[in-house]
Amino acid sequence: MNNLIRLGSDGAELATVDPWMLALTPPEAPTGPLILSLSDWLARQTEAVLRGAQTSADAVCLQPDDEAEQLESYLAVLPLIAVHFPTFRDGRGYSQAYLLRARLGWQGELRAVGDVLRDQLSHMRQCGFDAFAVREDKSAEDALKGLAGMSVLYGRSAIEPRPLFRRRGGL
Amino acid sequence: MYHYDEYDRALVTERVAQFRDQVARRLSGELSEEEFLPLRLQNGLYLQRHAYMLRVAIPYGTLSADQLRTLASIARDFDRGYGHFTTRQNIQYNWIELEQVPDILERLAQADMHAIQTSGNCVRNISTDAFAAVAADEVLDPRPLAEILRQWSTVNPEFLYLPRKFKIALCSASADRAAVMMHDIGLYLYRDANGEMLFDVMVGGGLGRTPILSQPIRRALPWRHLLSYVEAILRVYNRHGRRDNKYKARIKILVKALGIEAFASEVAAEWLHIKDGPAELTEAEFSRVAANFLPPAYLPQPATDLGYGTALAQDAQFTQWVQRNTHAHKVPGYVSVTLSTKPGGDTPPGDVTAAQMEQVADLAERFGFGEIRVAHEQNLVLPDIAKADLYRFWQAACEAGLATANIGLLTDVIACPGGDYCSLANAKSIPVAQAIQQRFADQTLLQDLGEISLNISVCMNACGHHHIGNIGILGVDKNGSEWYQFTIGGAQGKQSALGKVIGPAFSAAEVPDVIAHLADVYREQRFESERFVDTVARVGLEPFKARVYQREEVRA
Repeated sequence: MNNLIRLGSDGAELATVDPWMLALTPPEAPTGPLILSLSDWLARQTEAVLRGAQTSADAVCLQPDDEAEQLESYLAVLPLIAVHFPTFRDGRGYSQAYLLRARLGWQGELRAVGDVLRDQLSHMRQCGFDAFAVREDKSAEDALKGLAGMSVLYGRSAIEPRPLFRRRGGL
Repeated sequence: MYHYDEYDRALVTERVAQFRDQVARRLSGELSEEEFLPLRLQNGLYLQRHAYMLRVAIPYGTLSADQLRTLASIARDFDRGYGHFTTRQNIQYNWIELEQVPDILERLAQADMHAIQTSGNCVRNISTDAFAAVAADEVLDPRPLAEILRQWSTVNPEFLYLPRKFKIALCSASADRAAVMMHDIGLYLYRDANGEMLFDVMVGGGLGRTPILSQPIRRALPWRHLLSYVEAILRVYNRHGRRDNKYKARIKILVKALGIEAFASEVAAEWLHIKDGPAELTEAEFSRVAANFLPPAYLPQPATDLGYGTALAQDAQFTQWVQRNTHAHKVPGYVSVTLSTKPGGDTPPGDVTAAQMEQVADLAERFGFGEIRVAHEQNLVLPDIAKADLYRFWQAACEAGLATANIGLLTDVIACPGGDYCSLANAKSIPVAQAIQQRFADQTLLQDLGEISLNISVCMNACGHHHIGNIGILGVDKNGSEWYQFTIGGAQGKQSALGKVIGPAFSAAEVPDVIAHLADVYREQRFESERFVDTVARVGLEPFKARVYQREEVRA
């Protein structure tokens, strides 16, 4: 189990079925579809996938040092993008998510993996994540309580591109 | 003054509930200290040497009388009866119990205040000139745009886990009283010939271990692009700032490593994507916020006030205080008054008792329009006092112990809380400040020395801004004992400069003597009414070093 929360059209729920396996070092005998580091992902794809002619069976995971723009030419063939938070205090993943959603137009699942904790979930959601693999020693059910966050966002985000001043009545 | 609306109130109220829950989870052990740490920092809570310290935000240094009374009530009910005003125009309480913090935050929220982002690796309190909207040399009021920036940077989800803290200051007067050039982003606001508001944007300033003054990144930025341009800088910094070493994580290091041109072109490329989008400010939003900052109902004042003139003529102490502690006002017949928190003796710089806070609140209502400012020099400013009332005001301020006539003088010491409180400190700061104040208690000598800023920090974080003091003192630890290193020639404002180290450090006991020697050299070398900092700039460090260290050799 990936301890996964997914946002769907009916709100957030705990994912009961999730075949993906995060494999930042590729396993010898994979049992299901893999989420790979960018370099491993590139190495494993066929020429047809890299050319955009065929969908990939593997997902990719951005590490903090990776640039979101590196995925630009593969968005059409990727089944899922994960963003790795090695520690929750490293905030680069928020900008990667913003760029993937707001600038590169990624529409598929955007999953936060790694040190993913209840008290950061609302910020991740606002930056465009729609799936959250909660750190395995924590309860995903408990983490659900952190998803809503506060009702007021002054500024803007990936899911709310208009700052509050453009959302006030009449503006 | 800015008044909260339903959104502002909802945000602070929900934030209190959120932190109450986080504190409960910490106390139950559900949250580890490591997980709790950034959460408490972003709610202003530090763990110090003896207790928790809570830092409350005072956005751009502006308070109402009732807000100041709330701060007094917190000092009385939750602390030891005083608070400490900081060099970022905030207030800190030093003796706080974790269990009580949610109740304190709730009391703040009821007075339209909060402690959000007064610490942590996020955008901190926006600061500006303590004389904003009243200074005679001001071009336009910076507060509406400061408030717009405050809102935009508050719980902005993408920028809460930056590589390091991030400080923004604005200034819109001909003199820079906001130390703009030592901020991560500094904004000089002005109007062009057509009346359009523009910013000169500075980036990459900061003190700390590697003090650097900021550099211009963008001239004449139209005000409508303020938020998108700051967003572009923050995104480039969030993506590319160093995270491997906390001493190299501020934006100044990134700017230095890339060079200002390369950094500016990164920002320009990022900005191109967002500049004409929804982040562009509107006239309607500016007007909505600016409507909170309309000038108070100033009364026409007589061109000459006989009573005031007589008081000046008859009371030399009053005259001295007027010369030192008042500031020229835009409106004829009014002045701004600085109440010194530095009477010397047993009072650490910036410390104000609950009773004094209430007295200041009363003074602000009785003589002004109920408004108080906090200066980054850790003093309190009452922005609007009629000259006709000034003598009575001064008498009342004397009774409150807040009328020391030393603004800008050597005893107006700027100091961090130091080793008496702070667990980062290498040495004590408060006793050193007090020893200096005692040594220079003689008013004639003090007034004769004129303007000298003296800043004390006792660790590399430089909360006392020692690098930009005309005399800067840095407390250091050498093999378990406390030593004090001197710099001279630092300055804030548009002629900002970083002080230069004069030589080996001194013990605490030697500090007042060292300053006395610096003062002696200045008095011998000064040209007419030249200020200390100008003498240092003209004659260089050598005469000062020679005197200070010659004595060392003789004694050794």
